[in-house]
Amino acid sequence: RTVEPLEYYRRFLKENCRPDGRELGEFRTTTVNIGKCLCSITTADGSALVKLGNTTVICGVKAELAAPAVDSANKGYIVPNVELPSLCAERFRSGPPGEEAQAASQFIADVIENSQMIVKEDLCIANGKLAWVLYCDIICLDYDGNLLDASVFALLAALKNVQLPLVTINEESGLSEVNLKQKNPLIIRKHPVATSFAIFDDTLLIVDPTAEEEDLATGTVTIVTDEEGRLCSVHKPGGSPLTGAKLQDCITRAITRHKEVKKLIDKVIKSITPK
Amino acid sequence: GVLERSREQLLRQTCEAVLLGVLHPRTAISLVLQVLSDAGSLLSCCLNAACMALLDAGLPLAALFCGVTCALQPDGTILLDPTARQEQEARAILTFAIASSNRKVLMATTKGSCSVEEMQQCLAAAQRAASTIFQFYRDSVRRRYSKC
Repeated sequence: RTVEPLEYYRRFLKENCRPDGRELGEFRTTTVNIGKCLCSITTADGSALVKLGNTTVICGVKAELAAPAVDSANKGYIVPNVELPSLCAERFRSGPPGEEAQAASQFIADVIENSQMIVKEDLCIANGKLAWVLYCDIICLDYDGNLLDASVFALLAALKNVQLPLVTINEESGLSEVNLKQKNPLIIRKHPVATSFAIFDDTLLIVDPTAEEEDLATGTVTIVTDEEGRLCSVHKPGGSPLTGAKLQDCITRAITRHKEVKKLIDKVIKSITPK
Repeated sequence: GVLERSREQLLRQTCEAVLLGVLHPRTAISLVLQVLSDAGSLLSCCLNAACMALLDAGLPLAALFCGVTCALQPDGTILLDPTARQEQEARAILTFAIASSNRKVLMATTKGSCSVEEMQQCLAAAQRAASTIFQFYRDSVRRRYSKC
C-alpha cells in the first residue's frame, strides 16, 4: 500500500470495490450536529458540524449589521470563508490561506449565488441604510478528502439553524433597535447539495473520495444540485477528460444523493426543534 | 483575490491534464496571463491563450484544448461566446474546456443554475464550436510559421 499505492488501488477497483469496503458509488457515513446544544459554537448565530467518514467540517454563521452597497441598496451580504488550518492535515501549513482554501471559498460563494439559497434582498432591513451581513466561517477540523461536499452540507445545516433578531429603525433618532427576544429563522429558498467524484485512469468514477484516493486520482468532478433537480454548479477543475455521457452518470448519482442528504437534514432539524 | 486563485486552479489543472510533464523532470513551467481587456467570455479566452502559448513554446502536449463559453438566455436560447452585456442578462453561463483528440470535456464551470437537459445541449453546442476554434489554431500556427 505504501510502495505501490496505485497498483494496490487498481486491484480493488478491478473488483468494483474500494479498500475501505465501499462500493464505487457508496458514500461514507454522514453525521450532522446542528445547533447550540449539540454543536460547540455557542457564540455563533447558527452552527453545524458535519462528519463525512473522517472528514470533519464545522460551520459557524455570525450575523452583523452594515450599510448596503451604493449600487445595490436593497441587498445584504453573505461572506463565506473556508479555512484549512494546519491541524486538519499535514500538507497545510499555517499562514495566509493556500490556493485550495481560496478556491474552496470561491466555490462556496458561487454555490450560494447560483442556487439562490439565500436571496440577498431578504437580508435587507432598510433600503440603503441597514442590511444584514452573514459571515459564514467554514473550518475543516480533519481532512480526509471530499472537502467541498462536507462544506456545502455544513453551510446548509448552519444556515437552517440561524435565528436573526428583529431589527427596527427608530424613525425619530434614525438609530437601529435590535430586539433580541424576537427571533426569526432565515428564509432558505433552495437546498443545494454537492456530490464529488474522483476520476481514476481516465475511465473509472468513484464517489466521495478519501484523501488517499484524491491523491491518486487523475481528476475530480463536483456536481451541486438543488431539490428541483436543477444544476447549481458543475465544477470540474481540469483533470482527465470526460465524455458527456459520463458527466450525465455523475449528475444522476448527484440527484439521488441529494434526496438522501435532504432526508437527513430534515430528520436532524425536526429532532432539535422545540415542541 | 479568491476569484483569481480559483481561476488559476482551473487553468493549472486543465494544462496539467494535457501537458506531458514526464518529459520535463525537475522543471517548472510558469504560465502568466495578463488581462488586457474584459469584454465577456474571459475564462475561455484565457484557456485559448494558454493553449496557444503552450503550442508556441513547443511543449509536448497530449492534446490541444479550447475554451467555449455558453450563455443560457432567459427565454432558453443558447448563445455561444457572449459579450459582457449578454453575460449579465443570461440566467446561466457555462464554460467548458474541450480537448481536441476526442472532444471530451477537460474542464467545466457553471455560473447560475440550469436544468440537466440545458447543460447537455450547451455541452453539445460547445463541442461543435470547438472545431471552429481548433481550425483557428491551425490557421494561426500556419501563418506564424509561413512568415519565418
